[in-house]
Amino acid sequence: CATGINMQAAHWLAPRMTRQCGNDFQEELVIRPLHSGDIYASFQFRTVWETDFMRGNKVSHYRLFPKSLGQVISKFSVRELHISFTQGYWRTMQWGQPFQPSPPGAELWVWFQDSVTDVDGTWKELTNVLSGIFCASLNFIDSTNTVQPSASFKPLGIGNETDHRFLRYATLPREIVCTENLTPWKKLLPCGSKAGLAVLLKSEKLFHSSFHSQAVHIRPVCQDWQCKTTSWELRQTLNVVFDLHNSAQGKREWSLFKMFSRTLTEACPLASSSKIYIDITDNPQGEQFEVSPATPLLSQAVVLGDRRTFSVYDLTQQITFGTVRSLNLLIRWKSSEGDMLRPLLHAERYVAGYGLQTGEIHTLMYNNHPYRSFPVLLLDSVPWYLRLYIHTLTVTSKGKDNKPSYIHYQPSKDRLRPHLLEMLVQLPPNSVTEVTVQFERALLKWTEYTPDPNHGFYVGSSVISSLVPSIVAMDTNSTRERPLFSSFFPCKEESSYFVRVYTEPLLVNLPTPDFSMPYNVICLTCTVVAVGYGSLYNLLTRSFQIEEPSPGLAKRIANIIRKMRGVPPL
Amino acid sequence: CLSERRRGQLAALSIAAVVIIVGVPLWWRTTETYRAWLPVNQINELANLQLQLSADVEVVFARGTVTPEQQKKVPTQVVISLCLFCSSPLEADLSLHTLSESPCGSLVVYVIPESSTLLPEDVDVYIGQRRTALLRIGAQMRVGRTLEQLLAHLEPRIKQVLQVMSFSHTDITAALSDRVRLSPGNKESIADSMRAFKSSPGYEITFSLLNPDPKSHRVHWDIEGAVQTYIQPLLTKLAPLANFSIDSQTLYYAMLGVNPRYDSSRSAYTLNSDSLAHVINPVEARLGSNAASSNPVLNFLLYVPDAHHSPLHIHDHKKQEVLSNAFHSPRWGGIMVYNVNGFYGPEAVFPVDININMAKVMGVFLAQLRLLLGVQSSAPPPGFLVAPCSSTGLADWELDRLMWSRTVENVATATTTITSLAQLLDQIGNIVINDNIAQQVSSAVTSLQLAVAELEAGNLGFALQYSKEAILASERAFFDPSLLHLLYFPDDQKFAIYIPLFLPMCVPILLSLLKIVSEARQKRRERQAKKD
Repeated sequence: CATGINMQAAHWLAPRMTRQCGNDFQEELVIRPLHSGDIYASFQFRTVWETDFMRGNKVSHYRLFPKSLGQVISKFSVRELHISFTQGYWRTMQWGQPFQPSPPGAELWVWFQDSVTDVDGTWKELTNVLSGIFCASLNFIDSTNTVQPSASFKPLGIGNETDHRFLRYATLPREIVCTENLTPWKKLLPCGSKAGLAVLLKSEKLFHSSFHSQAVHIRPVCQDWQCKTTSWELRQTLNVVFDLHNSAQGKREWSLFKMFSRTLTEACPLASSSKIYIDITDNPQGEQFEVSPATPLLSQAVVLGDRRTFSVYDLTQQITFGTVRSLNLLIRWKSSEGDMLRPLLHAERYVAGYGLQTGEIHTLMYNNHPYRSFPVLLLDSVPWYLRLYIHTLTVTSKGKDNKPSYIHYQPSKDRLRPHLLEMLVQLPPNSVTEVTVQFERALLKWTEYTPDPNHGFYVGSSVISSLVPSIVAMDTNSTRERPLFSSFFPCKEESSYFVRVYTEPLLVNLPTPDFSMPYNVICLTCTVVAVGYGSLYNLLTRSFQIEEPSPGLAKRIANIIRKMRGVPPL
Repeated sequence: CLSERRRGQLAALSIAAVVIIVGVPLWWRTTETYRAWLPVNQINELANLQLQLSADVEVVFARGTVTPEQQKKVPTQVVISLCLFCSSPLEADLSLHTLSESPCGSLVVYVIPESSTLLPEDVDVYIGQRRTALLRIGAQMRVGRTLEQLLAHLEPRIKQVLQVMSFSHTDITAALSDRVRLSPGNKESIADSMRAFKSSPGYEITFSLLNPDPKSHRVHWDIEGAVQTYIQPLLTKLAPLANFSIDSQTLYYAMLGVNPRYDSSRSAYTLNSDSLAHVINPVEARLGSNAASSNPVLNFLLYVPDAHHSPLHIHDHKKQEVLSNAFHSPRWGGIMVYNVNGFYGPEAVFPVDININMAKVMGVFLAQLRLLLGVQSSAPPPGFLVAPCSSTGLADWELDRLMWSRTVENVATATTTITSLAQLLDQIGNIVINDNIAQQVSSAVTSLQLAVAELEAGNLGFALQYSKEAILASERAFFDPSLLHLLYFPDDQKFAIYIPLFLPMCVPILLSLLKIVSEARQKRRERQAKKD
């Protein structure tokens, strides 16, 4: 939703393929060279399926839209589904804002249609089915890690139902993402990995990177401006950051072949648009890096509050592939200087304290805007085994108490549901706001520990959602039809943009017993009981008699001697 | 100091008594697993179940088939003027159907005079689309004087009709073959019985259009319309048997697992029947499992060969082209190869738009669907004429046949499930049996008994209904997750935990009891000695 790329170049490129039966497929790849020398590649595949879904019609004939997901939507009456699998942590301060943010591990949030009566039961079934589709451990999502955020996750598609009873949100920060998750994800694409941009998705390269995130977003969208017809939109995104030292052996030179060990030869024949964008905003004269082959097509778009310039390669045009019939984009850095724009909002989180009884969660939120303050929504979902002391919650900015204007807190229930804390906090300009809350670690039952309990227990990322003031608030495009009296000051209505920031997940140690202890304890207790019981039993059942004291040793020896002499004993 | 000894003995005895009266029951109760009551006796009865099927057969004699003296014995006389103006057996069949609606599972056999021109010369028996058959009475059958003799003459013919229209011994054997090992039949009949899907309360039918070459072919198929026209009538007819759901998908870049061989004599690519077995696996990976239900899936694939491998023909064992260019895989589905190279010339601009002729495709798929659902179409005995298929693709008696065999199969499946569950629970004492499982088992047993009773009474519809309920309840009980709970709590571990406590506590008690007994014995011996 945050990426509104205007297709300015799209006018003169007549759509090659007309939409077939209300189905449409588009693919694109955005490459952004990062100042650190790393490179960020973001794939997006969008399938639109025109169908009337709100009336609960049973739709069962699929063309471009994958059947497995279509069945999931219609069986569980899903209105919106967002799922992401991420390996690695997005370093906002080094890499800037990602196009699609996602927390480490797996994240799933679903809006159900208001016809669903048993939302929790449906959610449980849905997670089990999705876990089968994506080969992930989503079946570990249960009531202990599911929350219903009241404000943070609003529907991204059409429909004005915002009753959060129909929303479920869960994260699995421990989830490890690998090839087995990528393969089913690729299978959802109409061309699979046989043609188009998806041929670049080779797992041996994608997982040899600093950051890898793949996601599936399903939502209802409008087909036209008046929203007369609706359709399902399936967006499959894949973001990957390749490391300068790891993948490029320290050379500041990137190519498609170096990144993916493949080059491109064709677009997916089913795609109505297939493009590669290269972010050349910081490189207007080519003094930072050089891109070859050069392209005359440029596109400008406002992305995350910043006006960016992209070189565009249209894969549906045969000329893009040149005489060698293959496209291998080359980006060669000339200088390693220059600095990227600092992100206006970012956040950190850590656990403080010592010992195994209590601790303190610190969340730091940075507002780097020089003169504007803006509100942020902070969502924290903490498992029940960290018992939050909510009276110790403090929010401070610039050394002063900062009172949140909205707090939604749902206390946990042991083994049933997690803590949910949502706050609306105003971040003053150029400041750090610190949220701290103390907690106590609970003792788990011995079957509740994970297989490797000394590794620690993960606590999911905090989610910070905000409308950040945009740097480019100016609307210089005065060509649009507007009344003259309203068009003198070039001010745009959307002067802020939506950003979601995820903090690091926490790793918390809980008091861990020695797991061979139960048997030792049983043996020890039993022995103690047996010894006590034995002596008591002896006391009760033995009969005591007075016995003649036996003669001493000297006397006995004397008696033996006397016997030998034939004298009567003593 | 006898009283002191006596007191010790009493203390030891009372401690032993406390351990036995209080300790043992307490230990037993606290470590016991909950096991609800199961109808074990009834389950054991089910294990050696005798199935008896009975079907109502109504024999109607047309005028002129019964002599007057035979007619006297007929208790009720209904004179029906049999279709005076009918010229073909089909019309007669339809008009007879309007006369009397026969219930599911029953048959009406109309005996018509030898002179009737309704049936062609060499045909003795005509089997209609409903539950009726026309039987021409032979000359030699009229020799009997009494009605009993006449009926006795007719019996072998009626038996044949029954075997065609309701069930035969081989059908029932085939239905049971999965569950019960009967005498091994010949290879072909086993293959036949393995072809159809097993009985299930529901089926998912998936039509997939495989287009391995979207760069050359842009294939369109009107699957919605075709399903409505060709498949839905059959499924509506089969509705009492199971729930069906239909969906379709288009898969691009889906390849067959084998490379077709180029046959230069025919300038076409060929797939041999030996290699067909390898076709399915790579395709199946793309088909995707059904996410929304656990019912068996019937796959029907329409494969449009890519431009470089067209035309593609399937060859049978005798190296002959298969006319339908299709094959089916038992209990899996069917594949049809649809060549499109004839639709465009050599100078065509790719991609070519191609509309698929759905009538041709659906004809093949419908035939495969009938086979896979187990609608048997075995050759009728000589002298039999079977009415052509109706618009629904399924005659009433064919549905009945299916229902008979499915009911028997359901009963067999549910019985084996329940008996093996009972056996399992009997063998592993550690499994908790909750009340809901006991309830499922009981309801399955009740439904089974009802189904068997209804089969005996000849009420096919009810029998099928009960057998389906039995299957559902038995499967739910068998696959209940709570039945796995204490499996990993073996006895040796339990003893390892008990021994440190029980050994030191029981040894003194046992020793003192032994001592008391031996002392008592010695005392008695002393007393005896004293007496002597």
